[in-house]
This record gives sequence, structure tokens and C-alpha cells, in this order.
Amino acid sequence: MTYMKKPNVRHPGLRKNDLGLTRRDYEGLVSTLCAGCGHDSISAAIIEACFELDLPAHRLAKLSGIGCSSKTPTYFLNRSHGFNSVHGRMPSIATGANLANRDLIYLGVSGDGDTASIGLGQFCHAMRRRVNMIYIVENNGTYGLTKGQFSATSDRVSKSKKGEANLFEAIDLCTLAIHLGAGFVARGFSGDKGHLVPLIKAAFRYNGFAFIDIVSPCVTFNDHEDSTKSYDYVRAHNEAMDRLDLVPEREEITAHTEEGQTTTVRMHDGSLMRLHKLDDNYDPCDSESALTTLRKRYAKGQVVTGLLHIDNTDADLHELLGTTKQPLNAVPMGDLCPGNAELAKINKSLR
Amino acid sequence: MSSTDVAVKSRGMRPTDITDPDYFHKVVDCQWACPAHTPVPEYIRLIAQGRYTDAYMLNWESNVFPGILGRTCDRPCEPACRRGRLEDKPVAICRLKRVAADFRGDVSGLMPKIPKKKNGKCIALLGAGPASLTVARDLMPLGYTCVLFEKDPRGGGLMRTNIPSFRLPEKVINEEVDMILGMGVEARFGHEVTSLKAVLDEGFDGVFVGTGAPRGKDLEIPGREEAARNIHIGIDWLTSIAFEHVKKIGKRVVVIGGGNTAMDCCRSAIRLGGKDVRVTVRSPRADMKASDWEIEDAEREGIPIFDNHQPSEFIVENGKLAGVKFARMSAEYDKDGRRKLIPTGEEVVFECDDVLMAIGQDNAFPWIERDIGLEFGEWEMPIVDKTTMMSTRPGVFFGGDAGWGPENIIWAVAHGHQAAISIDLHCSGQSLTASRPAPGTSLVSQKMGMHEWSYANDYSEDSRVAVPHVATKKSLKNLKVEVELGYDVELALEEAERCLNCDVQTVFVRNLCIECDACVDICPVDCINFTANGEEQELRQSLRVPAANAEQDLYISDQLKTGRIMAKDEDLCLHCGLCAERCPTGAWDMQKFTYVERQANPVGQVNCMAYIS
Ligand SMILES: Cc1cc2nc3c(=O)[nH]c(=O)nc-3n(C[C@H](O)[C@H](O)[C@H](O)COP(=O)(O)OP(=O)(O)OC[C@H]3O[C@@H](n4cnc5c(N)ncnc54)[C@H](O)[C@@H]3O)c2cc1C
Ligand SMILES: Cc1ncc(C[n+]2csc(CCOP(=O)(O)OP(=O)(O)O)c2C)c(N)n1
Ligand code: SF4
Ligand code: SF4
Ligand code: SF4
Ligand SMILES: [Mg+2]
Repeated sequence: MTYMKKPNVRHPGLRKNDLGLTRRDYEGLVSTLCAGCGHDSISAAIIEACFELDLPAHRLAKLSGIGCSSKTPTYFLNRSHGFNSVHGRMPSIATGANLANRDLIYLGVSGDGDTASIGLGQFCHAMRRRVNMIYIVENNGTYGLTKGQFSATSDRVSKSKKGEANLFEAIDLCTLAIHLGAGFVARGFSGDKGHLVPLIKAAFRYNGFAFIDIVSPCVTFNDHEDSTKSYDYVRAHNEAMDRLDLVPEREEITAHTEEGQTTTVRMHDGSLMRLHKLDDNYDPCDSESALTTLRKRYAKGQVVTGLLHIDNTDADLHELLGTTKQPLNAVPMGDLCPGNAELAKINKSLR
Repeated sequence: MSSTDVAVKSRGMRPTDITDPDYFHKVVDCQWACPAHTPVPEYIRLIAQGRYTDAYMLNWESNVFPGILGRTCDRPCEPACRRGRLEDKPVAICRLKRVAADFRGDVSGLMPKIPKKKNGKCIALLGAGPASLTVARDLMPLGYTCVLFEKDPRGGGLMRTNIPSFRLPEKVINEEVDMILGMGVEARFGHEVTSLKAVLDEGFDGVFVGTGAPRGKDLEIPGREEAARNIHIGIDWLTSIAFEHVKKIGKRVVVIGGGNTAMDCCRSAIRLGGKDVRVTVRSPRADMKASDWEIEDAEREGIPIFDNHQPSEFIVENGKLAGVKFARMSAEYDKDGRRKLIPTGEEVVFECDDVLMAIGQDNAFPWIERDIGLEFGEWEMPIVDKTTMMSTRPGVFFGGDAGWGPENIIWAVAHGHQAAISIDLHCSGQSLTASRPAPGTSLVSQKMGMHEWSYANDYSEDSRVAVPHVATKKSLKNLKVEVELGYDVELALEEAERCLNCDVQTVFVRNLCIECDACVDICPVDCINFTANGEEQELRQSLRVPAANAEQDLYISDQLKTGRIMAKDEDLCLHCGLCAERCPTGAWDMQKFTYVERQANPVGQVNCMAYIS
């Protein structure tokens, strides 16, 4: 933790994006997490992604639960909306907010405890419902905020800092997400921003539920030799499946064409995503192939990273429900609340 | 290994050798740029702590004339100051030096002890300017006998005779010159040296020539002789003012020249009765030699500057100067950027009563015989070795303006230190090059606790504090009223806080780094990078913010676990220590680098040594 405030002074040569903003304009307060925490790198990656995508910060809402990970929205995008909810309840808040105002960009930030333990049910339903949001789990395999208990994503072979064995199998959140129909499922590593930033950018471009499980070492409780979520372990076992490029131009091209090792996917807003595959044997557009790859590689002790699954053909929650195209705050009061006479009519029709 | 960790490259930049004393010294931009390598950030911290006497002595050991320099230094440190690259104005390094001098206590007890028993060596110092005085100051504590020859009645050289008292009060000169003379220098004032041979015949063990560049340049154009009575050579005229031989000047004065001497001439002229004083220069204003601040001061006093005016004739009426005729010029640049001044054909006449000629100074050594083994080179200048200061005649040394033409006080001091080292080596029969002492350096962690550093590491967002001035009306009435009042204690503190402490270095220990990126993300000015190695040009371009300032080094580490390297652009580092605070493993530390310039008299460098330990 740092007591000193990060001074406002900037490098005069800092690049500006199309909004005339620098990366620093997307920052938040100085983090109070432990120095070296992977979560801080993820915050920096989010900052970088938003800067590069020229996102207007005031059109974005950050949502989180409880945990070190869930604290991080304070440390980025301090010009955005934010809601720090109760433990494990962020998906409900996100769903409600999204239904009320479909025009904002929703970024949920959660932890492995927040998502895979107390919030597991909420997480599943948000995916099932295809809420249009980005859902990031900052996965350190531990309850960092409450001082280092095993979480539901700790691998069975992992030991606690004091050497205690982990008795239970891990929940693999990516496998779960693919099973439950999430259309964008990825895994990243906080220690490899070059790989992570394009994933986050692609998630921002995706319409529907975009899930990123980001392995994020906890320097204080889970960065020891017997941990499978330490910097050293992940670096040694990281298997990147791809390298991503986002191409902003709207090129006329079909949904996904195979051209050798490169898969090009047209995103909802017309931008293109190029996926340079580093492994021939899996097809991210095919959920079965993705699940098999995940299972096989996990059995070998590998940490698979990359865009594991993508399906941008399905409708999102608003399309499924046929809701109004306008955010509720833009619907005229008379339409939003048509009054007693209308209510009586509806009630009557139901009798 | 992950996808973006580009394959390990064996080619690329070599890891930085931080044990090379020059590496971190260069990061301390101000100290590196100071010819005498004054430890600037250290004295600024002492000022912030209210330790003015210590700050003064630290300066005195490096630059010998803190009170004088704090008012007049050419300050090569300021254009070099890192702060000036972050925002537009550097730290007011020079005026903070004056603060140390203004608020210091009695330093007589802190002067080096002069041995009663002399070492038997006797050195002649020719000219009593800053160069010779520095040699005396360095040699006296070592037991040398120093004999000073000076044609003027008092010591100080151009500092006394040419720098006007509204910039530099006599009292300040007296104090700092007397500190040296008080060491027991045998001064022969009023003694003009007319033959070097005669001096050598006195059997000195070494001779130092610090006679300056005493001849003001003249302009041979029509009317020069007829109007001679009212045409004055700038530096001679200023000397006459200093010795109170001149007390007034005509109402209309034309100053010819665009350097600092011209600025001193015009400002002196309006104080001695000039009403319409004009400065004229041949070149465009942007090419004027005078320092920006000197031009500013002259303009603040209402003196106009006419650029592109080349004098062509002194107009004489009734046997007396009546004006100066100028050809208007225009500057043209060829494709190599070389300037040519071309007359536009237009002519103007400025009527005037007096002309002050300030177009430069020449060296002149009519008193040095050409058959004594002392060789002269181009422009009738003696051949002198840049490192040792020795001429081609062993035992005869040069420094200051006499060595390489007109420069400034701080260069004269720096030359003096180097000459003193050489004289000492010469007198003890050692090699002037192989035996030269090394600079003293040390590197010490400044960490005091979890988030505590021994220095104020928070960044001050204040702009440069202006130095208060006396009301112009008042100062124009009296030549002796000092224009600048200097900072008071509070202003000094505010300005001192702007210093970035560039001597507190970021030191990286590669094998402690776990590549968590915390330092990259916290750095306010994006200095730190973890990246694939490459050739310097390519690497500079690939950084978070491309390292465009090639004069500033990249700090490069050896390969890390992922095969990448750490590359830090030193250019704009705030030395804020945030990287070290954020690093979970202590791979970054903030360590104070001290650099004590070599001098002949290390025993005298008491304060510098205290600072190094
Ligand atoms: C008008 C003016 C303003 C200046 N303002 C500044 C300023 O603000 N800041 C700055 O840093 N520099 C300034 N300078 C430059 C600075 O004064 C000189 O660079 C510096 O004094 C050089 O020091 P020195 O010891 O080499 O020689 P000098 O200071 O020139 O001293 C040489 C001494 O030798 C004596 N001497 C010469 N010949 C003989 C002889 N044959 N026998 C005996 N004695 C002799 C001279 O009388 C003189 O006292 C200014 C110069 C001028 C002309
Ligand atoms: C309802 C409720 N139950 C339990 C807690 C205690 N609690 C706070 S944070 C946390 C676990 C956080 O783990 P994770 O989401 O992985 O976040 P991390 O700190 O590891 O980033 C728990 C159990 C709580 N705050 N609220
Ligand atoms: S900021 Fe301070 S230490 Fe750094 S160059 Fe300027 S004066 Fe020197
Ligand atoms: S001290 Fe560290 S954090 Fe501060 S500017 Fe320099 S490199 Fe960046
Ligand atoms: S904070 Fe320390 S450990 Fe982390 S990358 Fe920087 S130097 Fe390495
Ligand atoms: Mg956790």
C-alpha cells in the first residue's frame, strides 16, 4: 500500500486517444492493495483497454461485490459510474442496472470467492440470461481480503501458505461459463498485459455476456512455491492458445472465416477481431472443442489462456425479452408510467 | 512462456554498469552540467531544512564563491534541470544558492586550517580573478606559499571591475575574496606583470596565469578617431565606474553589442544619467548572445533593443560625436543553416552623446615572451591541455578566460580546481594524468521504514517562484542599490520543494524482480518498461512513451525470468520513489548518489565528505 498520492504531473509525450485523453485520464485513486498484487495489473490493463478503445468513461458503469478484487474499481476509471454491492450479489445489480439503462457499458469485477463461492448462483443466472456485460473474475485462488483461506477455484494440488492441503476439487469457471452458454469466454494472466489487454478490448466489443477469468497472483497469501496461482507457476505453465488483434475498420467479411491459423470474427459493432491461433486442434467457435481442450490441458497441469470460446450469433437479454430500445430514463414519464386507467385495463385483461 | 514475451534476443543493449561513476552522475542533470560539479540537490535539501551554513559550505567547497555566484552565475545547471523538461521552468538553482549565502551564519571557524609549517613550494598566481583565487584556495591548505600579482588595487578580477554593483554588491565580493586572501596569500596589488620571463626568473615552483581576457574589442569604422572622446570600450568603462573614476554619462547613449556586457553597459548608463539609452545589435534578436534573464532585466528597466542594426559610421559634428549611422540588416540562412547578414539597403541614424562598445573581448599576452618554450597556437592563444591546464612549458598553467577566451566565473573556478591538482602533482613530481585523483562517490539507500524516505519525495506542483525586486524607480536612481532582493525564507522553501532530488537514484536489482508490473503502473511519468531487448534506436521507440531525448540514458537490466529486460528512460523520472514503494520485493530502491569532484585539497572538503558518508 502506498500513502503518497500519485502526482498529477505527466510525461509531456504521452499519447492521446481520439477523445484527446491520455491513459492517465482513465486512472482512479492509488490502490490500497498489497504492493505487487495481480489485481493492480488487471486495473492497469482495463485502463489501457479503455484508453485504446477511446471509451468515454462517463458511459461506463463499474460493478463489484466484496473482496480485494471487488475493491479495485476504485483504482480505475474515476470518471465512471460505480456500484460496490454485497458479497456475491454483483450479477443481480448488473442485471437490474442493465435492464434499466441498456445504453451504458457494464463492467463487472469480481473475485474467485465472490463468484465461485457465495455468488455462484448469481453468476450462473447472469450468464443464462445473457446479460450484456463484461464479467471479470480476478482469480487468485484464495480469499485475499479475509486473509488467505482456500477458495473454490484453488486447485486440489495447491497448498496453503502454511502448507495445509486443499481437500476439494477446483471449479473451473471457464468450463462452467461455456456450459452455461456464455458467448465470450476467455482466460488471461495478470502478469502478461500484452496478451490480456486485447482480450479485454475484444470483450468490450462483444454484445452479450463476456466472461474473462484472469489468473491474478496474491503476493501476500498465494504466491508461494506450492501454489498453482503464483507468478512463477503460471509463467511456467501458461499455454497461450492465441494472439488477438482488434481491427476497427468495418471490412465486408463473413462472420467467421478460417484462413489457415487465423480466425476472423466480426463483432457486433462492425469491428473485426483476428485470432491468431497457436494451437491447431481447437476451434474457439465450437464449444465442444473448447471444452475438450480445456479438460485435456488441465489434466496436464497447464494453464490455458486466450479466447477459449466465442459465439456471437445469439441474442442478448434485451433482445430475448423484447424490451424498449431506449434506456428507461429516456422514456417519457407518460409512457413509463401510463397511470391508473392503463393499469386497470391490463388487470382487467388478465381476469 | 507466454505469447507476447518475444523470443529471447541475444542482440540488443548491454546492461547498464551503475558502478561507472558517470552513469548516475549524468542523471543528476544540474550537477553534471555545473563545471565545478556542485552537489545541487544536496544543498537545496539543506536549505529546505534551514541549514543555511551547511548549504553555504557545501557550495563553497565546490564553487568557492557562493554569494557571488548566487547572484551572477551563468547557471549552465538551469537549462539542464530535469524540472525544465517536465514543465517550462527549471528550479531556481542559482537564486537558492544566494539564499544559502544570505542566511548563513559565521563561517570563519569552518575555513580550512592553514598549516603554519609551509611545504616549501612557492607558486605565482598572475591576476586576482576567480581562476587564480580558486588555485590559491585549493593550495594554501596544503602548505603552499602563494604569491598573487594583480595590476588593480584590489582582488576579484572582472567580478569586481565589470559586474555592476546593482547586480553584485561590493560587500559580497569583499567577503568571499577576503576569505581566500585571509589564508595568508601574499598579494602584490598594483603590480602589473610585464614579463613572464621575469616572473619565472624569480624561481617559482609553479606559475598559474589567470589574467583573463582583458582587451575589449574595438570597431574601426569612419569617425572612430574623431569621436574618440565619447566612444568608450564597454569593459574599460565599467571598470572606471567600479573604481569610481566615472560617475556620469550623456543623456543619449547608444550601446553597440548584444551580449551580457552590453546589458550591463546599458543598465549602468541609465543609472548614470542616461535618459535615452538604446541597445543595438547586428543580428536578429533571437541570436543575441546575452542570457535571457539579462535581456529581461534590461527591458524591465525600459531599455529598447534594436536588432538587425549594423553600425557603419560614427557621425561627427563640430569635432564631436553626434550620432551613429546603421545599415539595416536581414538574416538569411543557407541550406546548412549558416547565417548570413545581408544589408537591406536602408540606413538609420541614432543621434547620441555617447557610445558604449560592447562587442566582445580578446585575450592579449604582449607580456609573454615567445622564446621561453611556451607555444602559442591559433589566434595568438597559448596551447594548453584541457585536462591538466598546463602549457607547453612545464610548470606554467593557464585557466579561466586566459586559457580559452572569455567564459564565465564558474568555468574559471572549475579550471582553477583542475590547475591546482596539476600544480600539486607537478610539485611532487607525479604524473599530471596518471596520478590525478578520482572523484569520490557513494550510493546509499534512503529507505527509513515502510513508506518513509530520508528525503521529501512528494512532488510539488508549484511553478517557479519569482525573485522579488526593489522598485525600479528606486534602483534606477542609485547604481549601488541591488536590484534583486533575493528570496526570503518562505519563498526559498517553496522553491526548494520544486527540486526533484535527482541524486536519489532508482536502483534496480534484477534477481529480486517478479515482473508484477506494479512499478510500471504506478510510475507517474511512464519511465519503466519491461520489454524485449533491442538495439538502442529500436528500443527507444518501443517504450511506453518513446524515449525521444537521446541525451538521456536508458537504464537497462540484464535478462529477467521471462526473457525480457527492464528498460527505464531516465529523462523525466521524478525520483518520487513510488516505484520503490510499490515494489513487493524491494527490487527497486531509492539510493542517494553522491559525487564529490576531485580537488587538490581533499582534506579541505569537510562538508562534502560529511555529505558522502
Ligand atoms: C561586463 C561583464 C559582465 C560579466 N558578468 C558575468 C556574470 O554575470 N556572470 C559570470 O559568470 N561571468 C560574468 N562575466 C565573465 C566573468 O567575469 C569572467 O569570465 C571571469 O571573471 C573570468 O575570470 P578569470 O579569473 O579568468 O579572469 P578575470 O576575472 O578577468 O581576472 C583577471 C585579473 O587579472 C588581472 N590582470 C590581467 N593582466 C594582468 C597583468 N599583466 N598583470 C597583473 N594582473 C593582470 C586583471 O586586472 C584581473 O583582475 C562578465 C564579464 C564582463 C566583461
Ligand atoms: C455475506 C458475506 N459473507 C462473507 C464475507 C466475508 N468475506 C469478505 S471478502 C470474502 C472473500 C473474498 O474472496 P475473493 O472474492 O476471491 O476476493 P479476493 O480478496 O481474493 O480478491 C469473504 C468471504 C462478507 N463480506 N460478506
Ligand atoms: S530537479 Fe533538482 S536535482 Fe533535478 S536537475 Fe533540477 S535541480 Fe537538479
Ligand atoms: S522514481 Fe520511480 S515511480 Fe517515480 S518517476 Fe522515477 S521511475 Fe517513476
Ligand atoms: S514492482 Fe518490483 S517486482 Fe514488480 S515488476 Fe517492478 S521491480 Fe519487478
Ligand atoms: Mg480471491
